[in-house]
Amino acid sequence: MGKKRIIAETGAGQHGVASATAAALLGLECVVYMGEEDTVRQSLNVARMKLLGAEVVPVTQGSRTLKDAINEAMRDWVTNVETTHYLLGTVAGPHPFPTMVRDFHRIIGVEARQQMLDEVGRLPDAVLACVGGGSNAIGIFHPFIDDASVRLIGLEAGGRGVDSGLHAATITGGTPGVLHGTRSYVLQDANGQTVESHSISAGLDYPGVGPEHAYLHDIGRAEYRAITDDQAMEAFSLLSKLEGIIPAIETAHALAGAMQVGQELGPDAILLINLSGRGDKDVQTAANYFGIPL
Amino acid sequence: MSALAALFEKTRSENRAALIGYLPAGFPSKEECIMGIQAMVNGGVDAVEIGFPYSDPVMDGPVIQAAADLALGNGTGASDVFDIVEATVKMGVPTVVMTYWNPIERYGVTKFAAELARRGGSGVITPDLTIEESVTWQQASAAAGTDRIYVVAPSTTEKRLPLVTAQCSGFIYAASLMGVTGTRTSVSGNARELVARIRETSSTPVAVGLGVSNKDQAHEVASYADGVIVGSAFIRQLQESSSIHEGLEKVEALARSLSEGVRR
Repeated sequence: MGKKRIIAETGAGQHGVASATAAALLGLECVVYMGEEDTVRQSLNVARMKLLGAEVVPVTQGSRTLKDAINEAMRDWVTNVETTHYLLGTVAGPHPFPTMVRDFHRIIGVEARQQMLDEVGRLPDAVLACVGGGSNAIGIFHPFIDDASVRLIGLEAGGRGVDSGLHAATITGGTPGVLHGTRSYVLQDANGQTVESHSISAGLDYPGVGPEHAYLHDIGRAEYRAITDDQAMEAFSLLSKLEGIIPAIETAHALAGAMQVGQELGPDAILLINLSGRGDKDVQTAANYFGIPL
Repeated sequence: MSALAALFEKTRSENRAALIGYLPAGFPSKEECIMGIQAMVNGGVDAVEIGFPYSDPVMDGPVIQAAADLALGNGTGASDVFDIVEATVKMGVPTVVMTYWNPIERYGVTKFAAELARRGGSGVITPDLTIEESVTWQQASAAAGTDRIYVVAPSTTEKRLPLVTAQCSGFIYAASLMGVTGTRTSVSGNARELVARIRETSSTPVAVGLGVSNKDQAHEVASYADGVIVGSAFIRQLQESSSIHEGLEKVEALARSLSEGVRR
């Protein structure tokens, strides 16, 4: 493409760190847009990006989270498109981003499905993943779409409860609309203005969702549930204590969903959970939540 | 003949470009927005573009974003936009709405075009609506008799340009540069080239927006375009004034100066 500059947006910072790493490897300039609120709650990832040589731009517009980081990245992109490639981090944005990002994440599902057949000898009863924009979820769902016996369950960020209005459960609590060049479910008001989302996890704190998830929901192939902040943090704590794995708070939503679905399906059920992120970056948020002095 | 077509016929016969002024609805308040539009018209603005303030204006720079945030904070919604359209039309100038797509879709596509026509509005500028996704909008705007104005940019390819300009009526919005709205010290040289490319595909009038803020720039653009669009510079007059009266005087003075600029 001949472009020397990469831009990206990031919520939790995982995509920003990945972009910064690739840019460092290839000798490209890298600018990452990140909501100011997210730069505070995910400060470890901000430091990682800077160590990798990227410039991190805190976005102070609007919600100061992922939605406005995408707005700023798009403004940069239309200004510098001749020299700059936009690495969008989730399955949202205008075509062909949702398709491209899905295909890049699809390897998760391809490998997990093969491992299931090799290790367990059969397909799982359900596949579970957390959904903000929905990239990790569509990546693990996609190779299972034709396996009719496998339930696909996306866990959205219910924040303080969908009824409270303070959530990021776009499919559960949103309506069809257009945001960031994509027609999908959106959290919006009667005038079509985007409503600010809320979640304890920066990576799920987005008032839109990838259009393929909206499609899978509408045709009934996948189901979506909301997990509250408190339910996610309970699962976060349990996985840490029972397995010695500190998950990302985003991922903890999938784990909380698995606790519900496991009780519904009983002990013989096989659940495949996408452990999409590690929780090192969330230790400060978790310590605050559980009242552990730092 | 539509109000916009009549306007461009008139400005062509007067050997000048049309001056199109932009303000976001509800900025700084509903009443003061109408007063600001009146000041623009008193100063010589030929047509008015009213922005439907939107939460995620990705084509706009910080000046319009801040104005839109203020307007949204005032609770500005579709009914206010239409009220302001109606008030502007009564001032005797063609009036268009500039809006991102989601507010139209949420309001109801057919209903939006019909209500705009009922209030006397001439058309709608849709910066984030692609022609591929436009079928319902084409039907709704055709039924209502309102103009459809799409934005083309220097990056619009040779292949795509005629597809977009063929869908435009009233005028074609040419973005002078790759970037967002806002005042700039010079208008990009790309604008002249883009207008020439557009003219090879369409005889619809072409108006240039993005970056124009003073008389000299307006004069330069008027030498090759049919219309000159000014937005952020008007907003700044209101933002940077200590009282609304001072702001209105500055808006009128800027409009007067720009309107001298668009004469060739």
